[in-house]
Amino acid sequence: MQLTDLTMLELAAKLAERAVSSEEATRACLERIRQVDPQVRAFLRVDEEGALAAARASDARRKAGSPASALDGVPLGLKDIFLTEGVETTAGSRILEGFVPPFDATVVRLLKNAGLPLVGKLNMDEFAMGSSNESSAYFPTHNPWDLSRTPGGSSGGSSAAVAAREVFGALGTDTGGSIRQPAAFTNTVGLKPTYGRVSRFGVIAYASSLDQPGPMTRTVGDAAALLQLIARHDPQDATSAAVEAQDYSADLEAGVRGLKLGVPREYFTEGMDPEVEVSIRETLREYERLGATLVDVSLPHTKYALATYYLIASSEASSNLARYDGIRYGLRAKDARGLKELYAQTREKGFGPEVKRRIMLGTYALSAGYYDAYYLRAQKVRTLIREDFTKAFQQVDAVLSPTSPVPAFKLGEKLDDPLSMYLMDVFTLPCNLAGLPGLAVPCGFTKAGLPVGLQILGRPFDEARLLRIARALEREHDFFLRPAPLQG
Amino acid sequence: MALTLEQVRHVATLARLALTPEEEQRFTTQLSAVLDAVTQLQSLDVEAVEPTSHATLAASLLREDVLRPSLPPEKSLANAPAKSGTSFAVPKIIE
Repeated sequence: MQLTDLTMLELAAKLAERAVSSEEATRACLERIRQVDPQVRAFLRVDEEGALAAARASDARRKAGSPASALDGVPLGLKDIFLTEGVETTAGSRILEGFVPPFDATVVRLLKNAGLPLVGKLNMDEFAMGSSNESSAYFPTHNPWDLSRTPGGSSGGSSAAVAAREVFGALGTDTGGSIRQPAAFTNTVGLKPTYGRVSRFGVIAYASSLDQPGPMTRTVGDAAALLQLIARHDPQDATSAAVEAQDYSADLEAGVRGLKLGVPREYFTEGMDPEVEVSIRETLREYERLGATLVDVSLPHTKYALATYYLIASSEASSNLARYDGIRYGLRAKDARGLKELYAQTREKGFGPEVKRRIMLGTYALSAGYYDAYYLRAQKVRTLIREDFTKAFQQVDAVLSPTSPVPAFKLGEKLDDPLSMYLMDVFTLPCNLAGLPGLAVPCGFTKAGLPVGLQILGRPFDEARLLRIARALEREHDFFLRPAPLQG
Repeated sequence: MALTLEQVRHVATLARLALTPEEEQRFTTQLSAVLDAVTQLQSLDVEAVEPTSHATLAASLLREDVLRPSLPPEKSLANAPAKSGTSFAVPKIIE
């Protein structure tokens, strides 16, 4: 067994008893990256020096008997959307090539303070717009379970790095499912916390009312431990929730006996891969065997969520991405005559096709004469979608569904068909519109050996219960122990 | 809803986005398809529904107006493609 096969908590235990050093663990990650990343291509850049310096500092704290946190010394990867002081951060875009942030995102600061060596920046769809990592301006990342397939998006670099055991865990962000769908595609655990639970300060914005950072790990326990470090109120983020964090590991083993789990009929529709459906149905029966009660619930506005999401997300994106104008940072077009031409040409050269498409859609939806018909109407439908969940949660403790209607698809398969690509998010994005927490947990494999993920949605700030429900399933299986079939 | 090439050009101007002729054509087709797909929202009666702009934001947040350190100019300017003294430099606007 290699060091990198340990879970975060297993490694933390070994660090605590000083059976292994953080420097050894970090070097093991760097070696694993050298071995497998040429195939997986999860990393945009590796910060070897920074990670080793942090590891040595961690070892010194351990030696002095004063670890900074339970996970002090556990190496982690970061989606390239989190500002990291002194380390290039691009959000997967050419327009930010060479951008070196002058400060850390709040979550990065929290992780550094907690003593976690940050190994590097992980590939992503440009500005988190995409469901397959193929819209990264740099290169697509490959799924460790089948290198011809996508690891999901937009946090596909994070999911692939965790699944390939290049890092012990990673942070991603989820705007319409970008933590959960890649987790489902790679047999990993992905948690999108309640909107406002984790600070967005220093996280490059896509759609501000939907974006939320969260942990991507190999086990449920690891997700709980990582969330514990980053869930807190941040005065620097005006949308950060002033709600006390829970102890996310306390009730992890409490099981599901007596819980009411909702099964939304609108989530089991045509278009779902039959093998995904079988796997999810078996999982639902398993929860019954474990003592939960399944309750049929209805979320009647589900079919409007996709349209609502794309209007709201694109509108917010068109506004957020106005800051990329070639003036203060990033790319600047050469030879432009005048300021307007400078803006237009910088943005033409700096943005990829998916980003341009969403800026165009958002600008149109917000433009005079169309605002009421598109943006305002979408915000009203968003209210109806939220109310659906509020009603459902009067009857049940959580809602269960597939995470994605299909397992990981082939790279290139949906590239020329944006609408079909957008459909990949149909089960994940209602949760973002409603601001709820959502978790993806491995629940099986297709005959071809591709992972399938169950999605668990909960009430606001009910992350602890979602983790507990996921843990009950994890306890019954060895899915999370299975390594991806990579030649190292 | 079908968009015209003129509308696409107008939106691109609003978005400060130069497009190649090929992109103009592609976006006309693709955005028309996306707008077709979102017209289903028109079938809902939302007359009496309040819009949601933020899912969990309760009220506007206020804090004490206290002086805090901000980024020093050299850090703010560190990534600037062009600068002049302690300012960002831009092409000449007024002749």
